[in-house]
Amino acid sequence: MPITYTSGEQIEVYRFRLPVAILIPLGAIFLQAFLPLRMPFFAIFDLPLLVTIFFAVARRSQVAGLTTGALIGLVQDSLTHQPLGLYGIAKTVVGYGASSLGVRLDVENAGARFLVTLGFYVVHEVVFFMVARGLVGLSVAWSWPHELGSAFANAILAVPLFFLLDRFKVKT
Amino acid sequence: MDSFITRYRNVSILVAILFAQVLGLAVQVRRSPDSQSTRLIRVWSVAAVTPFEKAVVWSQSSISELWHNYVYLRGVRQENRDLKYEIENLRLKQVRLSEDAEQARRLQALLGFKEQFILKTVAAQVIGLTGSDLSRGIYIDKGRTDGVKRDMAVITADGVVGKVLSVYETTSLVLLIDDQTSGVGAVLAKTRVQGILRGTPSGEVVLEKILSDEQVGPGDQVLTSGGDQIFPKGLPAGTVASVSQGPESFLNIRIRPAANLSKLEEVLVITQQEEETPVAGGNAPLRAADVLAQRLPSVPDQPAAPAGKAAAAEGLETSDALDGASPSHAAEPATEEHPSGTPKSVTPTVKAPPKAAKPAAPAPTAELDSTKPDSEKRELDSPPPGNPPQ
Repeated sequence: MPITYTSGEQIEVYRFRLPVAILIPLGAIFLQAFLPLRMPFFAIFDLPLLVTIFFAVARRSQVAGLTTGALIGLVQDSLTHQPLGLYGIAKTVVGYGASSLGVRLDVENAGARFLVTLGFYVVHEVVFFMVARGLVGLSVAWSWPHELGSAFANAILAVPLFFLLDRFKVKT
Repeated sequence: MDSFITRYRNVSILVAILFAQVLGLAVQVRRSPDSQSTRLIRVWSVAAVTPFEKAVVWSQSSISELWHNYVYLRGVRQENRDLKYEIENLRLKQVRLSEDAEQARRLQALLGFKEQFILKTVAAQVIGLTGSDLSRGIYIDKGRTDGVKRDMAVITADGVVGKVLSVYETTSLVLLIDDQTSGVGAVLAKTRVQGILRGTPSGEVVLEKILSDEQVGPGDQVLTSGGDQIFPKGLPAGTVASVSQGPESFLNIRIRPAANLSKLEEVLVITQQEEETPVAGGNAPLRAADVLAQRLPSVPDQPAAPAGKAAAAEGLETSDALDGASPSHAAEPATEEHPSGTPKSVTPTVKAPPKAAKPAAPAPTAELDSTKPDSEKRELDSPPPGNPPQ
């Protein structure tokens, strides 16, 4: 699937109702904390990240994207015992980047969504690794095969998930 | 200036938010880990997420209970027969162990040894995870209102799980032993060499501070040493999975945790433990390791036939002790809240069986014998030499 460059006039900007904007990220964080308990393999996915990318790309607003990313990341941080800001910073960067990309490119088709998720997953992990190691001084294991495998798994999950979440979009 | 800000408004906001978070991180890192500076945000987040988790776990367990207790009862009679048979064998085995324990207590009392006893536990259900590889922890459905406090030990029937890290009103965060910030005082059961059990960033558990000239091999059992003042002494922590030469003069010992940390459903929080000199005689509290199986409110798995037979063979050697107390006499039951909400018979203060207890367990009967091969029947009927039946 080609990623086509579109002019500003061609891009459709979406918004979400308030309950959807609150409950979907909260649901993603809940599922991320709950599902690996019953299905340990699910830990490979990062649902809050996928939701961050989806909202950022759909809204095509950099401020909205980075704010959504920061809030989702901080809530995710607060469920852990590590300092607040590790996921917050990583998802802020992803939210800003994804919305910036959404402004310039048509990322509505499955192929584009797959590639965008793949790329931003790696960006997220790199930023997270740098912050955790460089700023907080945590020992974080980095393995390219694992990271790329996780990136592919998340990208594959993102395609049907984004089509599901498309139902909640409202055209402006 | 205005035009600059307008032009770079989005980037400015990005930089501002990133800067604020970096600043926040720096403040948190500088403060001690026990600092409560970010507690409010964590309380809000936990309050937002854990009710969903509790609701899902509750409905899941209710449906499961309904199915298993009222609908799917296939094989229950056979299982019941097998369990009765196993109980009889365990009673025989317990009597022998009680004698050994009593002797050990007498010796410990003579030598003035201090021992740790579990006085009170709270059963809790696991409702969620932290959702991060960097923070290996679980959320349980018991909190401050249930008497849970920070740094309390959390265990299962299999072994140690972790310690309570954060306590909220009705939930708590438990740091697992495979988290990189955790540390458990441990001892190798065979050689009694002490070390520290730690988690690694990749989620493995290693035993540190064991010198390379020590004899350690795969399969060796690792127990808690009690030195950390959190976990009672003698609880199973894991078994040695592999040993290799580590940095400096220490061994690199990888441990397979005794409790299955990736599939935890119910745990026990030790809310009260005491260190005292064991009393030789009838009313000594049970040790930490003794109390586990009685306290965890989980349904035991269907006993495997070979294990039951092995236990039978072991128990038969001491058939003279049939007049001992049964396990049901080993503790005076009280009520404690079960994770599913139903009261469950447990033991806040576990007492050893009275010496003069009447035999609750009949000798292995014909009914039991029908499940056993002829060779075992003969053994049951005839007491071993030197141990006449009382």
